[in-house]
Amino acid sequence: MDSEEIEEKQPRSISEIISIIEALVFVADEPLTVKTIADVLEEDRETVEAAVEQLKQEYDERESGLQLREIAGGWQISTRTEFHEEIRKFLKTRPSAKLSLAALETLAVIAYKQPVTVPEILEIRGVQSASAIKTLLEKRLIVTKGHKETVGRPMQYGTSKDFLIQFGLKDLSELPSIEDFEDLVQ
Amino acid sequence: MEQQTEQLTFDFYTEKPQIVADERDELKIKLGEFAGPLDLLLFLIKQEQANIFDIPIARITDEYLKYIRLMKTFDIALAADFLVMAATLIEIKSKMLLPREPSDEAEEEIEDPRQELVDRLLEYEKFKSAAQMLYAKTTVEQAVFTRGQIESDETNAEVNASVFDLLNVFQKILARHKEEVMMEIEREEISLAEMLKNLKKRIFEKKELSLLRFFEEMHNKRELVTAFIAVLEIVRTESVKLIQDKTFGDIILRKV
Repeated sequence: MDSEEIEEKQPRSISEIISIIEALVFVADEPLTVKTIADVLEEDRETVEAAVEQLKQEYDERESGLQLREIAGGWQISTRTEFHEEIRKFLKTRPSAKLSLAALETLAVIAYKQPVTVPEILEIRGVQSASAIKTLLEKRLIVTKGHKETVGRPMQYGTSKDFLIQFGLKDLSELPSIEDFEDLVQ
Repeated sequence: MEQQTEQLTFDFYTEKPQIVADERDELKIKLGEFAGPLDLLLFLIKQEQANIFDIPIARITDEYLKYIRLMKTFDIALAADFLVMAATLIEIKSKMLLPREPSDEAEEEIEDPRQELVDRLLEYEKFKSAAQMLYAKTTVEQAVFTRGQIESDETNAEVNASVFDLLNVFQKILARHKEEVMMEIEREEISLAEMLKNLKKRIFEKKELSLLRFFEEMHNKRELVTAFIAVLEIVRTESVKLIQDKTFGDIILRKV
């Protein structure tokens, strides 16, 4: 790392770094990765990571209406869940249409088995899932992941970044293990 | 056929699948609640309070067939998958009725004809639970708001347009053509080769071409289809890229 050079150029205090990060996350449309922030600030990852953690703590400590949270591999500023009623009243919005049971089930299979083909989904669900897959593609919750090199070269599907965002996940490893559901079942 | 089961929404908290007996002791059904034959089967097993590892196959098969017949009387197009399961159940039932050969009995392990079905049910139930977990997560997420649109991607202008975006543009234009007053003008039919030549010339001259504008120039459905195929062809064969600046925005053909 050429940190010496940077320090000579413009040494920033940690509080200044935190403020800039807050501003960047605020303007960003999508969750902002530590790498992107580090590139913009020309600071090293460790510094940025520490600053982000501290900023998150500041939000939490003063019980802000906003929260800084890690989602889809990046950081995002959002409102806290507690205030959704007031926000909806102001925005005059209603919760958006929920996914159908079939679509949710199909999504669950894809999330845990990806990359997965249509016949493999059929095997688990015991029912054709074509229209559920279409819905999920349209909502950009899943993406195609190339063909499987087997008879018929069926298309494979996996979850998208939008999936992580819409389900509030840092990454796929944050999903509970599928084996955990076994205990629930029995 | 499957649309019957796919399109209905389902709320895990307020709705529960149910088959209840009414006064005439016939089955009354809230329709479209089961995501598939395995789902129905699981429900029947629970309703009968049966052990999933020791399914009373004759009873469950009867219940299952009753449900299928009822679906028919309600004139519901029955998904083929429900019928496949019915056949599987009957097969298992008949296997269990067969007397075991004495020679088999001597051996230690005789495979239970129900085993494969039990495995599938257990596997399916895990994913059913996972679907409920996803449902809970999305409900929580709906209470969280972020500034601005997450979907637009201003920082990266070169988002590759997908086939869906392409089809969307195409459908938009088709719809527009439908609304316009029709005027019959005799016109020479344009061939794909001519269309391709025309498109190539324009892209190579101007480097860029709005797909929306290009489609708008077409006079009828036939030309539009030809134009659409020409676009697909040119992207495949020439060094031309499809670029979409923002979601649902116009798509630009750009020479690389």
